[in-house]
Amino acid sequence: MRVGLFVPCYVDAFHPQVGIATLELLERFGIEVEYPFDQTCCGQPMTNSGCHPESAATEALFVRNFEKFDYIVGPSGSCVHHVRYNLDAVEQTDAVRKVRANTFELVEFLHDVLKVDAFPWAEFPHRVAYHNNCNALRGIGHSSMSELRVAPFSKPLDLLRKVRGIEVVKLARPDECCGFGGTFSVFAEGISSKMGHDKVQDEVRSGAEYVISSDSSCMMHQQGCAERAGLPMKYIHIAQVLNGASS
Amino acid sequence: MKGLQSDILIAMGAGAGTRPVESAVSADDSPVKNGRRLQHAEGASRPLHSTTAREPQPRGARIRGNHRVDQTEAAARFIAAPQHEKMHDDRLWDLRTKRDGQMHAIPEWEELRALASAIKEHTLTHLDQYLDEFEQNARANGVHVHWAMDGDEHNQIVHGILRDHGAKTLIKSKSMLTEECGFRSYMARVGIEVIETDLGERIQQLDNEDPSHVVVPAVHKLRGDVAELFATHLGTDPADDNVHHLAEAQRQATRPLILDADAGMTGCNFAIAETGGITVCTNEGNADLSANVPKLHIASVGIEKVIPRLEHLAVFIRLLSRSALGSPITQYTSHIRGPRDGGEMHVVLVDNGRSARLALEKFWTSLKCIRCGACMNTCPVYRRSGGLSYGATYSGPIGLIIDPTFNRHKYSSLPFSSSLNGSCSNVCPVKINIHEQISAWRQVMAENHELTFVKKAAMKAAGVLLAHPALYRVAIATADSALNGLPRFAIYSRLNAWGKHREVPHAPRESFHSWYKRNRSAS
Repeated sequence: MRVGLFVPCYVDAFHPQVGIATLELLERFGIEVEYPFDQTCCGQPMTNSGCHPESAATEALFVRNFEKFDYIVGPSGSCVHHVRYNLDAVEQTDAVRKVRANTFELVEFLHDVLKVDAFPWAEFPHRVAYHNNCNALRGIGHSSMSELRVAPFSKPLDLLRKVRGIEVVKLARPDECCGFGGTFSVFAEGISSKMGHDKVQDEVRSGAEYVISSDSSCMMHQQGCAERAGLPMKYIHIAQVLNGASS
Repeated sequence: MKGLQSDILIAMGAGAGTRPVESAVSADDSPVKNGRRLQHAEGASRPLHSTTAREPQPRGARIRGNHRVDQTEAAARFIAAPQHEKMHDDRLWDLRTKRDGQMHAIPEWEELRALASAIKEHTLTHLDQYLDEFEQNARANGVHVHWAMDGDEHNQIVHGILRDHGAKTLIKSKSMLTEECGFRSYMARVGIEVIETDLGERIQQLDNEDPSHVVVPAVHKLRGDVAELFATHLGTDPADDNVHHLAEAQRQATRPLILDADAGMTGCNFAIAETGGITVCTNEGNADLSANVPKLHIASVGIEKVIPRLEHLAVFIRLLSRSALGSPITQYTSHIRGPRDGGEMHVVLVDNGRSARLALEKFWTSLKCIRCGACMNTCPVYRRSGGLSYGATYSGPIGLIIDPTFNRHKYSSLPFSSSLNGSCSNVCPVKINIHEQISAWRQVMAENHELTFVKKAAMKAAGVLLAHPALYRVAIATADSALNGLPRFAIYSRLNAWGKHREVPHAPRESFHSWYKRNRSAS
């Protein structure tokens, strides 16, 4: 199995430890992981703003970087959602279709493809709340959604329950968007920030010490709000927790 | 087009038309349990007491002719009024929560949504046929049927009917279609007095504001705002914001106007082709008053309201109020098939852009909408913004995808007032892919050069940068050093949208890329 490691641009620039944890975690399962050097971004920022022609070259570059792999795995539900469902600015060649079909978000890769049943090295003796990124939740189906009448399930919580010492608490509005929303976070900064501050308040009220998520983008936004409000909430990516980070 | 009425006053237990029957009873024989009083979802809401000084009501978007509406500017003013914003967010989230409760009580909920969607899609793809059938059957029932191409024609037709009858006053129940048509201002110009009978809508009329929500039109107002308004218009005590007193004052003031009105108007929630009848859903019974008290009844009906058969109504009635307010059914579901004895009934079938919308490949399913407002209640952006921030007839998620069909330029920035979280599509009882249409509208706006210069320039630059790995590497390195090197006042300046209400992320020592190169790469 040849796996290409997809490190989204903001993870590369602001959260390298998430990329490192993803790489190490996959290697723990004996997978040969390769990181294509010329990768930049999946194109989501442009198409998210309606600018498809501006996204085409970036999407084409993404496909060139990853077409040789059996699986492409990245630690972001949002970016993977874009690749799988919205990589439409480029012509849909066989290579594009293959890349789209083989791109997985880390949690679903561990849960659905590798079907991991234990993380013997992982221990996280803390009270945590889980933040569902909207694209991970409603876009690629990480968990059952509170708006639908379906049987409850959660892939990320299935994995986290295998971590020793962890205690998961519930948020009052578990599915509520935190307001990051990509370019929305700057083009509608007032609404975005208000949603972020409300989310942080919900997390604080839950009694959680840490917030865990599969998406660093939401956490970057929430951490910015928490710090501005002087609240001590800590944010950590699920890749780091599953890879054995203890704090 | 609208039938469910309610607002913050109703939410606190004081409907204009429904007064709970009070009696001293044991817990087992409470009015709710013995059926003497309906357990109304709104009536069960907890009151929201404000303890601090009265906060002025934030007003909606600034409208300047055909200029692009800036929703985010008006939203920022709403957020800057924390009592209003918090009440609004809490109230609408409460409706969403109650909606979830109703959903869980219906095992076949998802099946019902699929069925409702299929019925609407079938009808919309055979619209001419069902409209013809409706017209024929309505005429057979003794109803006069009119066709209006747009809002102006609708207003002229209604004016003509009123003129023919010498009618000078018109009572009406809530209708989003008449909002689309600019009906009240037209009638004011031709000297006809219009009296809204829905409590929330009447509040909005007295305040000269549009409805901020399709079901709860005054939900953005605190009761103090209403007390102030009623003091001005109804002569009540401005310091008395007791909701029962306010509702009673409005009831007493409006009742004589209803009894003396020359004509009545209603909207329509569903028009049934098979019977030629219309169905109007309200919680105050005010549609029945508007339709039945005067001898002349005019119903304004959007052409997308038609459904084929009476049995289909059951599907929609089960979904409508549950989705809207989290109550199993509206207090009144009124079926009107013809004129009352000795009276006259007219139906005006209105297009007003609907045919054109039906031809839009990516957006035609927005016509499935039954105006329940569930997408607004669940929308985290709407809840923080207030409906008037959208500066358009329709607000919230459904507004983002319908308003641009009325005026593409004026409403070109609305599709960007969304985090694209997708909750709206999930709560929609007729399964409109709302968030996907919001995204598709962004593409239309970009293609039609409707993006602001800053947005377009930023995306163009990003597109070039992200397509060239070497440039991208330089930019990442520069971004890190820039964040580290600049003094705080520069990072948190007014130009930095990120830093206005948030701290910027801490730049790490090195990127993943250089870590990998240092630790894993032989090259």
